[in-house]
Amino acid sequence: MSMIAFTGAVELGLIFALLALGIFVAYRILGVPDLTVEGSFTAGAATGAVFVASGRPFIGIAAAMLTGSLAGLVSAFLQTKLRVQPILAGILTMTASYSVSLYIMGGRPNIPLFREETLFTLLGRLGGNERLWRMLLPLMIVLIVGAVLGVFFHTRLGLAVRATGDNEEMVRASSINTTFTKMTGLAIANAIAALCGALIAQYQGFADINMGFGMVVVALASLIIGEAIFGRRTVIWNIGAVTVGAVIYRLILALALSFRLNPANLRAISALIVAAAISYPAIKNWWTTNGLKRRERRTRC
Amino acid sequence: MLTLENITKVFHAGTVNARTALDGVNLHLKKGEFVTLVGGNGSGKTSLLNTVSGGFLADGGRILLDGENITFLPEHKRARYIGRLFQDPMKGTAPNMTIAENLSLAYRQAGDRKFQIGIGKKQLAFFREQLAQLNLGLEDRMKTNMGLLSGGQRQAVTLLMATVCTPKLLMLDEHTAALDPATAEKILRLTEKIIKKEGLTALMVTHDIPSALALGSRTIMMKDGKIILDASGEERENLTVEKLIKLY
Repeated sequence: MSMIAFTGAVELGLIFALLALGIFVAYRILGVPDLTVEGSFTAGAATGAVFVASGRPFIGIAAAMLTGSLAGLVSAFLQTKLRVQPILAGILTMTASYSVSLYIMGGRPNIPLFREETLFTLLGRLGGNERLWRMLLPLMIVLIVGAVLGVFFHTRLGLAVRATGDNEEMVRASSINTTFTKMTGLAIANAIAALCGALIAQYQGFADINMGFGMVVVALASLIIGEAIFGRRTVIWNIGAVTVGAVIYRLILALALSFRLNPANLRAISALIVAAAISYPAIKNWWTTNGLKRRERRTRC
Repeated sequence: MLTLENITKVFHAGTVNARTALDGVNLHLKKGEFVTLVGGNGSGKTSLLNTVSGGFLADGGRILLDGENITFLPEHKRARYIGRLFQDPMKGTAPNMTIAENLSLAYRQAGDRKFQIGIGKKQLAFFREQLAQLNLGLEDRMKTNMGLLSGGQRQAVTLLMATVCTPKLLMLDEHTAALDPATAEKILRLTEKIIKKEGLTALMVTHDIPSALALGSRTIMMKDGKIILDASGEERENLTVEKLIKLY
């Protein structure tokens, strides 16, 4: 792998770590594999790109996060008040957000940002150089988001959100409004996903209406790689594991590509990683049961 | 303290599967009264508890708690006044959070700030003191995840969580039924001790008739969604296990 491929993978990994953190909040903390994040990712990129095109990249980031959290709120509203199954609520919001993203981008399916002032060119002009900032800015943002999440999940509200994912029945019996905690959790998850989308658009130089497709599986694969390597312990530990997992995922991809793997296979491989990791306990169980059966048969004759 | 006026609840109303779970129940619990509730499966005991806690709304009637009409109050708002324990020890606590975190979720006070970080030293000391009362050595394991405790230990902590803020009403739904006899006895003693100490109004569902008659000061029996026996004082003293079983 060349040095450029390596740094590029680390940079992308750091940005996509945000998406993995969003999925972490939804899936691991709240127990909802929230497909909304695919929509929020694109909507965040679209919102960010529109602001970049009008020369306000910083406001674009904030606006993107707001858009994402709104998508999360819609999804949470469907799940709680309207009692739509979580997966379906995610699919509905994601599908509807496609139209919203198109609307945000003024009906265009693609906004190029190559000639615009992005956060990276702006910071590069202020000091250092652009290449440096392409690594440094994502790193700084991931550290900030990780730290804020780590602190948040130890506040009273954060504890309540965690408990909602852990044992909803108990939370309802203890005077906490689970509708509110789910809304909070999903708004945070989707705001982070949208932040990721906005950064990716500025990093790669364009926003595209289809860029969110399959992103949930990619983020889940990162999450699972992180957990497989570092294990699950405290919340703060897990946040770190997910972040590093996302970087490792990108490095694996870069390595695979350097061996001339057909990029068309990447999504299938990601899906395979996720399916294998999630079904691991079932496969292990089946294997040990079969072993016991075999031993029993042998002793019989 | 708790008044139920003509509470009715029909499940699957208007279909062939319609089932009357509560059929015009009237009940009044005085402040500090400890009532045991018995009855066969499907007699309406759990439905009664659920209408009081807000798990579902009654089809008709009124529920008053300490003079306040709570008939249509959402479940989480009632939970502020009502402590609850379930049969399944896994239901009452969050397994992937520590003992201290679980207690701090239950221990809410006026003036709490949503974004207060962590659990204060003063609160930890208080939790320690409370846990020590259980005599299970849990006060030294406050950073242990709840999921690592045994069923009996979890139920003991749940009991503490339900009472740490002195509820107006404590509802116990067969909370010792899933425990081994020795642990069940221990949890029952603990329950009695806490109810006495705090002077709680309590409603306990049980299938164990001897303890239904031994604990508290009043025993109620339900059948087909109605209260068919309400015994206290001398009448209750004359009740025996055999007599009660005949009524099932």
